Amino acid sequence: MSLDSQPSAAGPQVGADEWVARQGRRREYLPGRLGTAQRQFERIGFWPRLAVVGLVGAVLPSLGLGGFQLQVGIDTLVIMLLALGLNIVVGWAGVLDLGYVAFFGFGAYGYALLSSAQIGSHGIHLPAELSVPIVMVAAAALGLLVGLPSRRLIGDYLAIVTLFFGEAFVEFTNNVAPGDFGGANGIVGLDTLHGFGVSITSNAGYYYLLVIVAVVVISVLRLLDTSRTGRAWRAVREDPLAAASMTIPVNRVKLMAFAFGAVVAALVGTIYAAQQISVFPTDFDTPILILIYAALVLGGVGSIAGAATGALVVMIIYDGLLRNATYSGYIFYGLIVLTLLIKLRPWRRLAAVLAATVALGFAAHAIARAISASAVAGAPQSTGWLGDALRDWVIVPASPQALGDWGYVVLVCLLIALVQVKHPWRTVLLVPALYLASVVWETALAAQPAVTRQIMLGAILIVTMVARPQGLLGTRRVETPI
Amino acid sequence: MAFFFQELVNGITTGALYALVALGFSMVYGVLKLLNFAHGDLYMVGAYIGFFVIRWFGGPTALTIPVPLLLVIMFVLAAGLVGGLGVAIERFAYRPLRNAPRIAPLITAIGVSFFLENSALLLFGAQYRIYNTPDFISFSTGIRIGSVSIDAVQIMCLLLGLMLMVGLRLLVSRTRLGKQMRAVAVDREAAEMLGINVNFTIAATFFIGSALAGVAGVMAGLLFNQVNSTIGFLVGLKAFTASVVGGIGSIPGAMLGGLLIGIAESFITGYISSLYSDLLVFALLIVVMLVRPSGLLGQVQLQKV
Repeated sequence: MSLDSQPSAAGPQVGADEWVARQGRRREYLPGRLGTAQRQFERIGFWPRLAVVGLVGAVLPSLGLGGFQLQVGIDTLVIMLLALGLNIVVGWAGVLDLGYVAFFGFGAYGYALLSSAQIGSHGIHLPAELSVPIVMVAAAALGLLVGLPSRRLIGDYLAIVTLFFGEAFVEFTNNVAPGDFGGANGIVGLDTLHGFGVSITSNAGYYYLLVIVAVVVISVLRLLDTSRTGRAWRAVREDPLAAASMTIPVNRVKLMAFAFGAVVAALVGTIYAAQQISVFPTDFDTPILILIYAALVLGGVGSIAGAATGALVVMIIYDGLLRNATYSGYIFYGLIVLTLLIKLRPWRRLAAVLAATVALGFAAHAIARAISASAVAGAPQSTGWLGDALRDWVIVPASPQALGDWGYVVLVCLLIALVQVKHPWRTVLLVPALYLASVVWETALAAQPAVTRQIMLGAILIVTMVARPQGLLGTRRVETPI
Repeated sequence: MAFFFQELVNGITTGALYALVALGFSMVYGVLKLLNFAHGDLYMVGAYIGFFVIRWFGGPTALTIPVPLLLVIMFVLAAGLVGGLGVAIERFAYRPLRNAPRIAPLITAIGVSFFLENSALLLFGAQYRIYNTPDFISFSTGIRIGSVSIDAVQIMCLLLGLMLMVGLRLLVSRTRLGKQMRAVAVDREAAEMLGINVNFTIAATFFIGSALAGVAGVMAGLLFNQVNSTIGFLVGLKAFTASVVGGIGSIPGAMLGGLLIGIAESFITGYISSLYSDLLVFALLIVVMLVRPSGLLGQVQLQKV
C-alpha cells in the first residue's frame, strides 16, 4: 500500500483493492539481474531498512569524519528532513507549496526569539523542552492559516499564494521591526540547544541529534503514510472530486498536510538555528527552497526513501564536493562519463564518440596554438592529475572569461539542439558538445563554484522532470489525460 | 495634489511595464494552463540585451548611431532574442511534460527560472549594470503639465506599451493565429482534431509572450536605469499578481491588473513606505484572490469531472 516498499510480487494484499495492487505492479523494475536484486531488496521490510540506515548514519562520525564532513552531514540531514516534510504536502497531498521554506524560517526565528537576548531587556531563554514544542505548535497553526486559501483556491492559484507567503516571510524579517526581528542583520548569539539538563554544544552532538530526529520523523511519517490519513491524502491527490464523493473531507485533509509539513519544517528550523547560533533572512530565501525541491524531485516525489536519498545525493554533490575545484572536476567529468555509459549504446558508438572527442580536443588545441600562443596560455581550473591530463587538450586562453561566457551560451544552445535532433546528428553533435562542455568548465564554471552549484540545481530540476518525472525511487504515476 | 498626479504618472508607467510582462504570462497560461515562473527572468534577459546594445554602439555618452535608431534596435533585438529563448524553453522544458501531472511542469518552470537567473549571474556578474539613460535621452525633454513632469522615456514607454497591447488585442481577436490560440486555450484536443497545429500555436504564443517580456525588460532598463540578474524574480511575481488580479488568461484583465498593481505600488511607495510596498502588493493579491478567485475580469471556471 505504501509507495515505498511495495510487496507487489506477492499479489494483492488483504484490504488493498485491485487498483492499488495494479499500481504496485506498474513499478518499473530494472532489467535482468539488477531487477532480481531490486526485487530481493524490496522484500526487506521498511523497518529493518530504516534501522540499518539509522545505524549507518550513527556510526559514520566515528569512522573519522571530522570538521567539514560533519558540517556537510548536518546540512544534509537538515535538507533531508525538510524534503521529507515537503513530501507530505507535495508528494502525498499533491498540493504545490512554494512557501515551504518560510516554515523552516519560522521555526528558526521562533527558536531565535525564544532563546536569545533579542526581546525584552534580558531576553527570553527558554529551555528546549519548552521552546521547541511552542514553535512547533505555532508552526502548525501557521500552516493551517496558510493552507486556509486551499478551501477556495485550487492548484496553481494556491501555488502562487504560497510563493507569496514565502517571499513575504523574507520581506517581513528583512524590513519589519528591525529592533525585534533583527532586520537584514539577523539575530545572533542564540543559546545552544539545551533541555532536560543536557546542552548540545558540539557539531557532533547536533549530528547525532539530527540522526535521531530523522529516524523518529521517518517513523512517524511511515505510520502516517500507511494510516487512514495517508490514504486520504493520496486519494485527494489523485482526484479531489472522487475523493470528496467518497466522503473524504478534502479541505480538512489538505489543511492537515499543510500543518504536518509545517511542523516538520519548524522542528528542523529550531535545530538549524541552534546549530548555527544565528538566523538571517537570506537563509530562508528561494535558493534553499530550490535545494529542497531538487532533493525531493530527484529522489522521487511521494516516497519517503526517495526524499531521503535525493537529499543525500543532492547535498553530497552540492555541499560536499562542489566547493572544491578538484572534487567538483571529478563530479563534472564523472557525471558526463556516467551519463554516456548509461545512455550511449552500443559500445562501438560510445568508443567512437570518446575517441572523436579526444581527437577533436587535441586538434583544436594544436590549431589554436598555431594561430596564437596566448590562446592556449591559461591553465585549466582543475588541479591535480586531472589538470595535468587536460593541459594540452582543452583550450584555455590567457584571459578565459570571454571564451567561457560565449562558450556557455553556445553550449546551452548546443544541448537544446542535441535533445531535439534525431539519431545520426545527435551522435555527431555530441562530440563538439562534450568538448565545449569541458572548455566551459575549465574556463568559467569551475572558477565560480558558488554560481555553478546553483546552475546545477536548476538543471537537476529541469532534467529530472523531463527525463524521469518519478525521480530515482518514486513510483511512476499513471496519468489520465483530462 | 501635484505629488498625487506625479505618483499617478509614475504608477501608470510602471503599470504599463507590468502589464506587458503580465500579458505574456497570461497568454502562456491561457494556452498551456502553466504558470511560467521563468517569465520574469525572460524580462531580465531582455534588460541585459538592451544594455549590451547600448554598449556595442559606443556606450551612453558616445553613441555612434542616432538615438531613435538605437531604441529601435534595442527593442527589436530584445523582442527577437527573448522570444526565441522563450520558444526554446517551451520546446526543451515544457513540451515533454504536456501530459504530465500538473505539478511537474510547475517544478520545471521553477528550475528554468533558477537556471536562467544563475546563468545571468555567471555570465554578467553580480554587479548592477547601469543604462545611463539620461546621457542620451535628456530628462528635460518631455511634457510639463503644471508641476507634473512626464519625461520622454515615460511617454515613449507608455505609447509603446499601449501600441503593443492594442496590437496584441487585434492579433488575438482578428487574425487566424489569434483564433487558433483561442481554440487551443479552450480545448487543446478538440483544436487538434480540427486540424490546428497545436505545437506551432503554442510555440507562437510563447514567442509573442516572451517577446513582450523582452520589450518590457528594455523599457525597465530605460526607466529604472539598472539591470541585475535578480530583477526578474520580483517583477515576475508582480506580473503574476497583475494577471491574477485581472483574471488569469484574460488579456484585458492582464492590462488592467498591471496598471492597478503599478499604481498601487507607486502610491504605497509615495505615501506609506517603500519598505512595505512589496508586502502590501502581495497582501492585495491575497485579498483579491480570496474575495474573487477568478480575478476582476476572469470567468469563473466550472470544475469538470
